[in-house]
Amino acid sequence: MNETWKADLSTTTLATHFAEMQPPLSVDAALGEAYRCLYCYDAPCTQACPAAIDVASFIRKITTDNLKGAARVILSANILGATCARVCPVEKLCEGACVMLKEGRPPIAIGRLQRYVCDWATAHGVQVLHKGRQKNKQVAVVGAGPAGLACAAELARLGYGVTVFEAQEQGGGMATYGIVDYHLPKEIPLAEVELVRSLGVAFVFGQAVGQDVPVDNLLARYDAVFLGLGLNQGLPLQVPGAKLKGVVEALDFIQDTKTKSLARLAVGRQVAVLGGGNTALDAAVAAKRLGAEEVTVYYRRTAAEMPAYPAKQSLAKEEGVTFHWLAAPQQILGSERVEKLVLSKMCLGEPDESGRRRPIPIPGSEYKVPADMVIVALGQTMNPALPQKFGVRMANGLIQVDDSGRTSHPKVFAGGDCVNGGREVVFAVAEGKRAAYGIAQMLSEGR
Amino acid sequence: MADLSVSLAGIKSPNPFWLSSGPVTNTYDQMARAFEQGWGGAVWKTIGEPIVNVSSRLGGLDYRGRRLLGLNNIELISDRSIEDNLKEVARLKKRYPQHAVIVSLMVEPKPEAWRELVRRTEDTGCDGLELNFSCPHGMGERGMGAAIGQDPEITQEITSWAKEHARTPVIVKLTPNITNIQVIGRAAKAGGANALSLINTISSFTGVDLDTFTPLPVVAGRSSHGGYCGPAVKPIALNLVAEIARDPQIGLPISGIGGIETWRDALEFMLLGCSCIQVQTAVVHWGFRIVEDMIDGLNNFLDERGYKTVRELIGVSVPKVGAWGQLDLSYQVRARVNKEKCIGCQLCYIACLDGGHQAIDLVPDSRIPFFAEERCVGCNLCSLICPVQGCITMQVTKPGRGISE
Repeated sequence: MNETWKADLSTTTLATHFAEMQPPLSVDAALGEAYRCLYCYDAPCTQACPAAIDVASFIRKITTDNLKGAARVILSANILGATCARVCPVEKLCEGACVMLKEGRPPIAIGRLQRYVCDWATAHGVQVLHKGRQKNKQVAVVGAGPAGLACAAELARLGYGVTVFEAQEQGGGMATYGIVDYHLPKEIPLAEVELVRSLGVAFVFGQAVGQDVPVDNLLARYDAVFLGLGLNQGLPLQVPGAKLKGVVEALDFIQDTKTKSLARLAVGRQVAVLGGGNTALDAAVAAKRLGAEEVTVYYRRTAAEMPAYPAKQSLAKEEGVTFHWLAAPQQILGSERVEKLVLSKMCLGEPDESGRRRPIPIPGSEYKVPADMVIVALGQTMNPALPQKFGVRMANGLIQVDDSGRTSHPKVFAGGDCVNGGREVVFAVAEGKRAAYGIAQMLSEGR
Repeated sequence: MADLSVSLAGIKSPNPFWLSSGPVTNTYDQMARAFEQGWGGAVWKTIGEPIVNVSSRLGGLDYRGRRLLGLNNIELISDRSIEDNLKEVARLKKRYPQHAVIVSLMVEPKPEAWRELVRRTEDTGCDGLELNFSCPHGMGERGMGAAIGQDPEITQEITSWAKEHARTPVIVKLTPNITNIQVIGRAAKAGGANALSLINTISSFTGVDLDTFTPLPVVAGRSSHGGYCGPAVKPIALNLVAEIARDPQIGLPISGIGGIETWRDALEFMLLGCSCIQVQTAVVHWGFRIVEDMIDGLNNFLDERGYKTVRELIGVSVPKVGAWGQLDLSYQVRARVNKEKCIGCQLCYIACLDGGHQAIDLVPDSRIPFFAEERCVGCNLCSLICPVQGCITMQVTKPGRGISE
């Protein structure tokens, strides 16, 4: 990262900037909100939840002072309940389905109530899930991200022996390393890793399958393998100058804020962020909060096409991040370090395969802006080397699975971002669970 | 503005909103504040030989986050001397001659004790006496309160002792903790009562502390049966008021008490035969200030409906009360859902399935249930459960013998 300049912010200030923004609900606020819930029959919120949490049931349990029961309802459906309570786009999922909206009333704050219950369970060390009666079968889970954790937890509850292999030093995957602390403190997913461990799951950290752990060994020693590989590398910026010092990958930048001392992190004075997704905006706000003087997001379409959640856009604007729409990078200039960014102006043509209008460069519209740091957030992709070693069929850079999460290799299942192309945590959880049921069915029926 | 003034057995007050005997009517200062804010009358907290109260005294019943749906208490009558109380009553009546000032009395069951208390009380210039034959806790163990009101012979006898010396109207306050309230009402009338007030509180526990297993309220690790009041008791009070009002052998004016919090509650009691009403718990909860909306709301209602005086409505609903056997079996209503208003909670479906008559079906790919009219018995359940006003309504499908609504 940029070693030449860093803002002079105190450790205390930085800690404040990266502390969780959303305050917890007080007991009275949680009860008041829980009482508002109508306790719908066959509730739409549950139907809208990819992990199928019985929302009405856990909210009712809050009202009866049965938080242990509420925690069991949540965690038995979603082992990452505390993480999802914070990062789920609830307005698109459970809260977006709340019947209250049909009468123009605010939806029940399901996400915040879920967090209330999960945080209570963590704070009180309440064990609500248990490992199942031991079955004489072993499953290897590759990747301790949300999909892997969900798969491991479900298999352990069914009684299977599970070992999780993770190349990083800690579990949680994107939840631990890829979401800024002020939205999701890393302690939350790390506690969920411990929850999974408490079910008897073994973790092997710092061991990369395919390098440190041979694929053949896994396939030989385990009855089934689950691949929750995630999308572990950023899409590269393919313009001249992309290798200059000061050009960083957004996920690396965010991971630094999660794993290194904030006071020692350097950030640019004038930061350019390339991309319009949630990671781009997380990185932009994080740069601002680290003390960057100017942070500008350059996006090749307009606000209307930007994939980042509206709430993230609002936050970035509140934090003083500026946006340049219809701007695509062409070149980065500098002798050794980044000095200037060359962009061209775009216009929107016909919709492409994503349904969004395709950006087209306007000839001769190039312009230069000063920048001493460029954060690249063009999206993530998967290194195909590992799935190729497992011999699983891929398409468009993603692992192909059937309805049970099974790949083209009969012993190998997969789920999460490496299958769905990068969706919310809760979808990874759902796919991890699906694969667990698929594996359990295969192992119990010998198919 | 309609005329809100009323009279109970000759006791006049500028409006029907009185305060019932209890903590809110304990002192001159409280009463003066209450009258200034609009209350039309008050029944002074029961006086008698001073007692010593316990601590704590109150228990509350909450429901889904709303405090004090019901309240119970084990507080006894006034803990101040008769002399102090009567001095303040005299001062109050002098200061507020147009307001109804009643004094609630309770004393040991001896004729000379009642004679003494009645005479001393009436010397204050008060407008009437209310005989507390109905406090369900504590005093009953001493042969007073509900111990009297649960026995028709004693009720009649002690009423007659008071009446023998009283110059002002005597109101007998009835307890709901009986099998047939009409028996006690008739006994009070036989003893010479000029009016009845009801209900006093209902014997109760509001709960049990799940940490200590002690019922509430707790007094040094024990509890005792308390008197229950507040919004939760209104239906019980209305029922007992109606029982008294429709008994031709009683025919006494009624002052209605029990869970009254709004002008709407008050009007319901008056429609069922009350000449005035009394409020305690709502003031305990919210303060005297609630009377402003009671007066305003009642006035607006009467003006909108074209009534010149609230007295026109007293007892209007009484003829509509009768035995189940008098109800018209040919009258039919059926539930209908307004699909525009339905929000899809499906609470009506599960209620009808598990607690009704299985007349509501789920519809595939829709959140709006189907109401099967041929299976509907017209019980009202779904319309009571529906969280959206006007979404499920009961439509008259057979008007019966033609009594119009």
